Amino acid sequence: MIAPGTAQGVRGAARAATQTNLRVDLWQRSRQLVYDAMGVVVALVMLFPIYWMVATAFKPGRDILSLTPKWIPAPFTLQNFQDAIARPFFIDDVKNSVVVVGVMLVLALAIAFLAAVGTARFGFRGRTAFLVMIIGVQMVPLNALIIPLYLMLDRLGQTDALVGVIGVYLAVVLPFMVWTLRGFVANIPAELEESAMIDGCTRVGAFWRITFPLVGPGLVATAIFGFIQAWNEYIIAYVLLSSPNNQTLTVWLASFTTNHGPQWGPLMAGATLTGLPVVAFFLILQRYLAGGLTAGAVKG
Amino acid sequence: MGVAIATPDLEPDLPDSRRRPSWRSVNFLPYALITPSVAVIGGVLAFPLAMLAWLSLQHYGLRELIAHQGDWVGLGNYQAILADPLFHQVIVRSLLFTLACVGLTVILSTLIALLLLKVRQAVRVLVMSSLVFVWATPVIVTVDIWQWMFDYEFGVINYVLTQIHVGNFIHHNWFDNPIQGFGVFVALVVWGAIPFVTITLFAGLLQVPADVVDAARVDGAGPWQTFRFVVAPILKPIFLIVTCLSTIWDFGVFNQIYVMLNQRPSSDYYVIAIYSYRESFGVTQYGLGAAIAVVMVLVLVIVTFFYVRETVKVAEIA
Repeated sequence: MIAPGTAQGVRGAARAATQTNLRVDLWQRSRQLVYDAMGVVVALVMLFPIYWMVATAFKPGRDILSLTPKWIPAPFTLQNFQDAIARPFFIDDVKNSVVVVGVMLVLALAIAFLAAVGTARFGFRGRTAFLVMIIGVQMVPLNALIIPLYLMLDRLGQTDALVGVIGVYLAVVLPFMVWTLRGFVANIPAELEESAMIDGCTRVGAFWRITFPLVGPGLVATAIFGFIQAWNEYIIAYVLLSSPNNQTLTVWLASFTTNHGPQWGPLMAGATLTGLPVVAFFLILQRYLAGGLTAGAVKG
Repeated sequence: MGVAIATPDLEPDLPDSRRRPSWRSVNFLPYALITPSVAVIGGVLAFPLAMLAWLSLQHYGLRELIAHQGDWVGLGNYQAILADPLFHQVIVRSLLFTLACVGLTVILSTLIALLLLKVRQAVRVLVMSSLVFVWATPVIVTVDIWQWMFDYEFGVINYVLTQIHVGNFIHHNWFDNPIQGFGVFVALVVWGAIPFVTITLFAGLLQVPADVVDAARVDGAGPWQTFRFVVAPILKPIFLIVTCLSTIWDFGVFNQIYVMLNQRPSSDYYVIAIYSYRESFGVTQYGLGAAIAVVMVLVLVIVTFFYVRETVKVAEIA
């Protein structure tokens, strides 16, 4: 099951003497070919929409609005990207997205790290309750909380202000961050710290010099996760931020229409620009994600 | 939303406060460390959840918004939505939509994950990369892409369907007919959900011990029997996780429908999240909107309850 190729190879060699071998081999090879072809079809179906976005973004206007679509962007133009960037509030909204994500991440990492250390290094009354809460709140659909969040921030005078959005995103990413970082901290043996203390480090010093550097990869992974969540979020930002120069990039992208309907070229260029940082970060992160999700879920 | 998974292992793995001399009888340090997290999560998630329930029992319109004071109506909002035929439609529509999305997502993802075991290395890398790319693309970006692909005038889908003689799709508007429109939304949601579910299932499949599968084969089990009676039971916890998470996400779908229909969906396209949003922010009836949102949470609590119960059961057996 894990490596069918090798298993079949060994079995095939063992039977090499028999006359039917040739037919079996041919059968297996054509079956392998069918599987591979199906795999390629799956990849193409999945990738096509993304290809189509990038291809459209690089096409000149007359090739986009043509009844017979052009499959390859030739001739090739950067005009759509220039148009997208030149549209009102693009720069403002990029700035807003960066501020929201940046401030949120710094706060989230600090807060989550403290809680991760607290739950991984200490046994205390209420610890399990805290961890159950961390898992439980992730089941709450954010869409259902928009109304009270809006009314709460309205009362505080913080609608149409980035502070409110930062606060909400902070609470959204925090549970996952605490949970993940807790795993990273728990994996570092406390004995390392203890030996540093024997060698004359203070408790805080031992933690700072030994554990903190070892948790580095965990901090990077959770930071990227938080970045992606916040950068992609739409509905909270859409409801809370009303003036166009206060909005974030996804809100800008979703309201990308003119009086003449959507301008597909600049829209696809804008979409490409919005997705680019996320895809880049995601490629770094994905092995942590897939690994972390299933660790311990199946007994090997 | 976050995707930290409730792995059954919750018991403390090293709370060895015995070795660690605590200088008071109660150590306050861990409480100090978790306080900021509790404050943020409590203030921004738990408190609003309680406030949602409270709001759903009040008449809260524009006047009340300005006065910061609702009118108590008890269960009036719930009576109002239960009497509303549109609400019944919305509930049925949301449940069917969720069922279609979750069912297709899990079935297709399982097939792709099993296929990944069979293909040669290069194809596997290709499929995995395509999945990661789709997974990474922001939802709003994917909605814009699909809107463009299904454009009635210059959309590539209408062109291809006409070319391969499925029918005449020139200037065909997919969203005139809600059945077709929801077909597009199911396809969009499933396409977006397949990467996460497939990669999770595939990672699980790799952990299925090879000797168990071989033993089943030796005993004469066919591929379907092997999957049904050997592989699927081992993967049960993972199936539970992805089904539960998919249900939560798909039942709360908002962005795909709202943005695809240019932020003006007709009532034929109301699913529960859009209906709740419309009632509160469209016609400023925050109390009614809150009551609908409470119903949404309750449905999900039931789903989650079954998930947690099954997970605990699996953990006890293992």
